[in-house]
Amino acid sequence: MPEFAPRLKQAFGKCPAKNTAEIKPLPQSIREGRHGKCCCIQKLDFLDSTPHSRHILMKPLSLISSAAATTVALIALGLSGCKSGSNNTIKVGEFASLTGKEATFGGSSHEGTLLAIDEINKAGGVLGKQIELLTEDNQSKAGETANIVNKLISRDGVVAILGEVASSRSLEAAPIAQPAKIPMISPASTNPKVTEVGDYIFRVCFIDPFQGTVMANFATKTLNAKKVAVLTDAKSDYSKGLAKYFKEQFLKNGGTITSELDYNGGDKDFKAQLTTIKGSSPDAVFIPGYYNDVALIATQAKEIGLNIPLFGGDGWESENLLQVGKEAVEGNYFSTHCSPEDTSPKMISFVAAYKAKYNKTPDAMAALGYDSAYVLADAIKRAGTTEGSKLRDAIAATKDFEGVTGKFSLDDKRNAVKSAAILQIKGGKFTFLETIAP
Amino acid sequence: MNEIFQQLVNGLALGAVYALIAIGYTMVYGVLRFINFAHGDVFMLGSFTGYYLAQQVTKWIPLPSWSGWMLIMFLTMIICAIIGIVIELLAYRPLRNRPKLTVLITAIGVSLLIEYTCQHQAIFGASQKAFPKLLPTGNFTLGGLSFNTTQFVVLGVTLVLLTVLTFIVKKTRIGMAMRAVSFNSAAASLMGISNSFIISFTFGLGSALAGAGGILYGMTYTGIDPLMGVNVGLKAFVAAVLGGIGNLPGAALGGLVLGIVETYAGGMSGMSTYRDGIAFAILIIILIFKPTGLLGSKQIEKV
Repeated sequence: MPEFAPRLKQAFGKCPAKNTAEIKPLPQSIREGRHGKCCCIQKLDFLDSTPHSRHILMKPLSLISSAAATTVALIALGLSGCKSGSNNTIKVGEFASLTGKEATFGGSSHEGTLLAIDEINKAGGVLGKQIELLTEDNQSKAGETANIVNKLISRDGVVAILGEVASSRSLEAAPIAQPAKIPMISPASTNPKVTEVGDYIFRVCFIDPFQGTVMANFATKTLNAKKVAVLTDAKSDYSKGLAKYFKEQFLKNGGTITSELDYNGGDKDFKAQLTTIKGSSPDAVFIPGYYNDVALIATQAKEIGLNIPLFGGDGWESENLLQVGKEAVEGNYFSTHCSPEDTSPKMISFVAAYKAKYNKTPDAMAALGYDSAYVLADAIKRAGTTEGSKLRDAIAATKDFEGVTGKFSLDDKRNAVKSAAILQIKGGKFTFLETIAP
Repeated sequence: MNEIFQQLVNGLALGAVYALIAIGYTMVYGVLRFINFAHGDVFMLGSFTGYYLAQQVTKWIPLPSWSGWMLIMFLTMIICAIIGIVIELLAYRPLRNRPKLTVLITAIGVSLLIEYTCQHQAIFGASQKAFPKLLPTGNFTLGGLSFNTTQFVVLGVTLVLLTVLTFIVKKTRIGMAMRAVSFNSAAASLMGISNSFIISFTFGLGSALAGAGGILYGMTYTGIDPLMGVNVGLKAFVAAVLGGIGNLPGAALGGLVLGIVETYAGGMSGMSTYRDGIAFAILIIILIFKPTGLLGSKQIEKV
């Protein structure tokens, strides 16, 4: 039946108003759900009741199938009715890279968030309700986040969004949350552009201009480096931003950049770039990338005989860096948000709770995921409601918040103002070197 | 000046792996006239086979060692050959007499199936794994250039495998049968050659080379993940087209050219982001002036 497809499309796509009158009478209660008319049942029902679709479908077999379709629709309605109808929980959406390239980041921040939500719920929840965390995985892929966030907002009706670590993907979510007036808190996206999207977008971490400055000063003062090469992930907004702010400050400090090269995140061969870097004989190499690439870069640097310090940003902090990089990453440095070796009472209790639940030491991403959930819960309490604009104002008013990652406030650009920690890889572990205040 | 030579060695090592995989594409195209897009994933499976075999082999033969490495290479090639044959048997053979487009789309489906199944936590998991050290490696300097022994192993192994392959195709009965099927499969079957067997054999041979490529790649770049076959497979496909699809020496040459060009582009400041782009631009330029590829011959389409 060649003409079937376009008609089906027409039927589903447009749902012309004149035909809705022809809907078979269904019990009012079913048709109208709890939130007004349910669109899907109208369309399905309308499909086999309009004159032209009837002559296609009304054969003995298709009668059965249309009956089946209606049943499916009814079940679906029943289910979704149940879901959206429950008012006993506060729905919070989370999107994270649980699989794919940056899976350990997404995993850590998700575990931190989950731990916080569990604690909050055990303590009685907020506004007398439990928080329901709806987590979606974007597979570390570009393009996936937009679908997920749209779904969380329009279908699940979440009151706020938490996510994510990678700035590129937070930048996909922010333009969807902003017009929907759903507050979004990113745990660890450090690229400044993320919160510039609009006044509903927040973060609980420092931003790259600060991190870049910290690392430039670290290169000049601690490493005593005069000449530095920069190797950037051209696919990542995080990496490009961090490289830019590093260069600005490092040139201001009187240093020179010997060579600037790029790679594409996920590449396996870095020897071409490293050979050129070696040829420009720098004192150190700044690599503002993610751990999976950094591990290979460090290994291949050793292989071509490039034996100078490598240093980077918070994108390095993952167990995977140590597992893949092994002795090649030894002795290198990176900046991050906090260290589990910190002795503040908040950190000690967080590390203990995290170890009890997941049987491993948390990293900075886990701590930030934890803080992001607590900042949100705190704001919902202060706002007394989950209504978008009031919740937004409450988050914006967050001041001197005692988080695991230190005491911080959100500034007028909705960024957290807090200090950075510098860690060194020593003996196959991340060891704390120094804290640098803003 | 030193840098130029060093990049040449880097490029040759990368190109050698491309060459090994490109041969698989080109052989399958030769006998079946379609592109087996799952070939890049057989390469990935080769890497992971090596990764898991190394954990077992090291119990008997301590790694890194030459004997252990050879055993792993040999077993991986056999396992990958079996994988290739099974893929052909399950996915492509039932569609043998269907339009080529059907098989092509199935190939893409098989590729995605392998990639995403392997990403599951219960199989390999999505995160990158460190490829174990199979051979004792070292750096040495020669005339102011510093080389890594692995790069020479890669080049040497590729050379040996290509020689063996050429021998099989040119000098053995089964090689003759392969060429006959590629030339005219209907006539070949009239002469008593079992098409199905030859096709299985071709898949096995190509997949064994991809498996070897997987091990060599893992040894050179040390990080493996379930999606590593996507990019490398695509490059190898380009290499096969560049050399003239269906032509074995062409695939090897195409791989080397692509590897070298890509490495030089990657080492240039400001150009390194475009290394893939440059590789494809060269492909387009060559195909404009020589549509059959570097070594490809003209084919007359019978209508």
